[in-house]
Amino acid sequence: MSASPESIPAYPLDDEQALRLHDALAGLTPGQLQWVSGYAAGVAAANAGIDAPVAPAGHADSAEALTILYGSQTGNGEQIANQLAAAAGDKGFAVTLKSLADYKPANLKRESMVTFVVSTHGEGDPPDDAELFREFLLSTKAPRLESLNFSVLALGDTSYLNFCQTGREFDARLAELGAKRLLPIVECDVDYEDAANAWAGSLLDALPAVIGAGNAAPKLRAVELPAKHDKNRPFAAEVLTNQKITGGASTKDVRHIELSLEGSGLRYEPGDALAVLVENPPALVAQLIDALGFDGASNVDVRGSSRSLRDALSLDLEITSTNLGFLQAWGAISGDERLQALLDDRQELRRLIDTWQVIDVVREFPADTDAQTFVNALRKLTPRSYSIASSLAANPDEVHLTVAAVRYEAFGSEHWGAASTHLADRLEAGDSVKVYVEPNTRFRLPANDATDVIMVGPGTGVAPFRAFVEERAERGAAGRNWLIFGDRNFSSDFLYQLEWQRHLKEGRLDRLDVAFSRDQARKVYVQDRIRESAHELFEWLDNGAHLYVCGDAQHMAGDVDAALIDVISSQRNVGRDSAEAQLKELRRAGRYQRDVY
Amino acid sequence: MSTALSDVERIKAASRHLRGTLVESLRNPITGALADDDTQLSKFHGIYQQDDRDLRSERTRQKLEPAYSFMIRARVPGGICTPAQWLNMDDVATRHANGTIRLTTRQAFQLHGVVKTRLKQTIQEINRQMTDTLAACGDVNRNVMAPTHYDLSHVHRQVAEEARRLSAHLTPATSAYHEIWLDGEKLDDGEADVEPIYGDTYLPRKFKSAFVVPPQNDVDVFAQDLGFIAIVEDNELAGYNVTVGGGMGMSHGETATYPRLADVLGFCRPDDVLRVAEAVVTTQRDFGDRTNRKHARLKYTIDDRGVDWFRDQVVERSGVTLEAPRSFAFVGNGDVYGWQRDDAGRWHYTLFIQNGRVADTGERRLMTGLREIAKVLHGEFRLTPNQNLSISNLSDDSKALVDGMLGEFGIDNTSQATPLRLHSMACVAFPTCGLAMAESERYLPSLIDRLDAAMADAGLAGDAITIRMTGCPNGCARPYIAEIGLVGKGPGRYNLYLGAGFAGQRLGCLYRENANEEEIVAALSPLFSSYSVGRDVNEHFGDFLVRTGVVREVTAGRTFHAAAGDR
Repeated sequence: MSASPESIPAYPLDDEQALRLHDALAGLTPGQLQWVSGYAAGVAAANAGIDAPVAPAGHADSAEALTILYGSQTGNGEQIANQLAAAAGDKGFAVTLKSLADYKPANLKRESMVTFVVSTHGEGDPPDDAELFREFLLSTKAPRLESLNFSVLALGDTSYLNFCQTGREFDARLAELGAKRLLPIVECDVDYEDAANAWAGSLLDALPAVIGAGNAAPKLRAVELPAKHDKNRPFAAEVLTNQKITGGASTKDVRHIELSLEGSGLRYEPGDALAVLVENPPALVAQLIDALGFDGASNVDVRGSSRSLRDALSLDLEITSTNLGFLQAWGAISGDERLQALLDDRQELRRLIDTWQVIDVVREFPADTDAQTFVNALRKLTPRSYSIASSLAANPDEVHLTVAAVRYEAFGSEHWGAASTHLADRLEAGDSVKVYVEPNTRFRLPANDATDVIMVGPGTGVAPFRAFVEERAERGAAGRNWLIFGDRNFSSDFLYQLEWQRHLKEGRLDRLDVAFSRDQARKVYVQDRIRESAHELFEWLDNGAHLYVCGDAQHMAGDVDAALIDVISSQRNVGRDSAEAQLKELRRAGRYQRDVY
Repeated sequence: MSTALSDVERIKAASRHLRGTLVESLRNPITGALADDDTQLSKFHGIYQQDDRDLRSERTRQKLEPAYSFMIRARVPGGICTPAQWLNMDDVATRHANGTIRLTTRQAFQLHGVVKTRLKQTIQEINRQMTDTLAACGDVNRNVMAPTHYDLSHVHRQVAEEARRLSAHLTPATSAYHEIWLDGEKLDDGEADVEPIYGDTYLPRKFKSAFVVPPQNDVDVFAQDLGFIAIVEDNELAGYNVTVGGGMGMSHGETATYPRLADVLGFCRPDDVLRVAEAVVTTQRDFGDRTNRKHARLKYTIDDRGVDWFRDQVVERSGVTLEAPRSFAFVGNGDVYGWQRDDAGRWHYTLFIQNGRVADTGERRLMTGLREIAKVLHGEFRLTPNQNLSISNLSDDSKALVDGMLGEFGIDNTSQATPLRLHSMACVAFPTCGLAMAESERYLPSLIDRLDAAMADAGLAGDAITIRMTGCPNGCARPYIAEIGLVGKGPGRYNLYLGAGFAGQRLGCLYRENANEEEIVAALSPLFSSYSVGRDVNEHFGDFLVRTGVVREVTAGRTFHAAAGDR
């Protein structure tokens, strides 16, 4: 392609436009010109309301192609996979990009190069979309894979045990099956960006050794319009409302927070999350500095930039939770034998990670160290994600969140969650908070408005369902909506009670079941309501209903899963294994979606 | 005036003898409330839906419905209650309600703060001891009152027995109560029920009845729709003067509504009580106004048609010839406190319970003390019409035991309270009563502190004046027949009525409108002073104010709202 003016057709541009374009393109390198052409295609696609192709379709023979498979719960893994696909495409590789849920595991033996981006949830669980693939891979059915090259990028969270478990399983099992490890597994913590970028670079460098970089020139592709606000460019949203929505006698402080998106251009879909850039509790920062005997005004280096220790601890570094990395570092710094012993005791380690904050560790295991060493041991403070509780259609220019303030007494002092108390305690109407939208394509209303939905959302897990019901009402969706909600006490913890009552009365919600665990001697939970309603629930499912679960991953999600298996097994009159398989099939078909954390 | 039936009439008619959709309402887990129509019907079962009004606006902001709970009123005909019944009520209040017992101005029990999910169990447990809640509220005959003083015990016992008979006779016959609350046998749709006295739509409005034995008018017989004044001749019960058409309720700003004192209709023999009562009830059933709830009480039926017309109806329906009323005299409408010995040598102790609230407060462990007394009591309790409690029918030995326990639990403040406080009553009002416009029970005690001081300054520390406060003009604490009547108009604001008779024989007259505490104290202080120096021997405060022209004498309910100069 040449950049000469003659090559610009007179039509469809008028003379003025043609000249302006000529001026704009003058002096660009061929690479830049390619980028511009892609950009223009992207703009055209966006304006026409059609999806711009993010990566070239995997039309190449798979033996010659790079296959990128991702398993992702929060969308981070998918985003990394997308970026990798785009970069590989730019380099001229033929790329196939797929969710593990959409990939037939038996195809593995026909591949020459597969890279996996896979996360781990809770205490070592695979993401929903990787579950069936993992089952196959770890089973005896998995074939020998001698001709396969692979690499694994594992995502996880060191504040949980079994960090990056799923990635590790994939990595080990693929090797066991005879596949060749192109790169050592890379394990990322919640602040994954740097490690993920480095890994992608190494992978692209290593690829030519195993697959051909297409002989043609790099393909042209449309470039996505950059999101206006993201992690690096968050939007400062004004707080419109910060309202406690649990009653006086409640054991919990749950806030309904409304933020203004006016002027941001931010859009979101029901099911998406809002990432909030938080600041650590000032009192905790002060206590921590005090406990360590440091000077808050002293400067430290945080990943290449210099700032005061106080600012670094407030804005940059994670201090309201601990993780394996910090504990190991602090073990080395303090040289404390008790801490070393704890690190070797899985049970104790789990308890420690679950319940201790950084301040508890440094108080319990004092060390003589300097501020920079301490700072280096800490993990980067990551944005906190909250399932959005509003429909944009119903609340133009607003986004609503449902936030449970985490405060507790431990080790003789008050403890605070960073994000929740930042939102609940330290923001009032008129203040602003930095946010960006995190799309969650794995938690979406049915495309067909006539489809029924069943929503299981105890506690703050009800948030996205407030958005769902609002959105379906806006759309005039004909499908029925059934919400199953649970919490501790009817009188104080019935989140959004008045709204649900109004929705019921006006026909926007067709059925509401509630389970309040502490209102009677026998505790009842949402899973009990599911079992009690087995017949109707099964009828809804049989009728094509989509099922959604949002909330606690540690107990609730599993309990609900078990109840659903019971429902299917009793209603279909089949064994447990068969019921489990049917539930998995629902998941695979996208009819059972979960947003659990 | 509209001729369409009021909405409550529609609800009653469609209710299948008070069933409505109560069962479905109780089952609905999404709300702590009943369906709207059912909140009317529940009253017939002794249950009022309320909410904590202190929390109402806060909960709306919290996107939570009001903190609904229920007040349950248990009928106690004549106020007579066994120790076992008391202990049961204490137990139920502690476990299901707000931990206190409220004694009412109609000698009933009230429990507050029972949530919907506990309602059925609470009603069942109240019924364990043969106490029920049916017809404690609603458009029916409510708890029948009877006096609680004892100089002539054998007459009182006869009168109390008559009160129980009348209560039973006028209890609704519907099986809905047993069916809904006590898991009684379910009748086909309620159609099989027959209400021989009330008919399918019950009365147009609530109906109150009482018996009284002069000279103490403790039941406030003139405030009742139907009253029986015992006429004692030669220490024996000769019969009753029948009174009709009393009632307290009115609405602010609506002069067509007014409190009214009953007329004496005539004299009947003891054997004729039930027939006369039934005739009064059925006349009201047939002629009471069912189009306007504010004009539906018997007092308006009588004022609209005349007492003579009404007497004819009663005579014709009952077949009883009413004789000319016999003479009687009342000396006061309060309780006689402390120990009294009756003609049979038994002891009775009337205990002051401020505003009827039985609760432990600091040193004064009323709830605990009465529970412990009930455990050892060989006798009975009597709930008085002034929200107090009599510990009754004791031997000399029991008297000594009870005396000791009253001291032990610090609950005998009969001797410590001033006469003004001993003659005070307040309704519940905030936070639970949905009708309240101003505080009452939570406020009157502190207002009395200030008025006590003003009376002491005027040299009246030892004088009894009746004072009653309500949070709204419906008049549960019968404020219009207290010498100082305070009726809530808005937060911190009350209408002040003065000049009522000490024995409840004359209505008060509006003296200050919309007054706050300072204005109330400022209005009363000079009147205390002039009463102190200007009163005749044994002249009561209300009588003095009327005699000296401070307020006009209100001679009939119809003239209650008349301009100051009118008589």
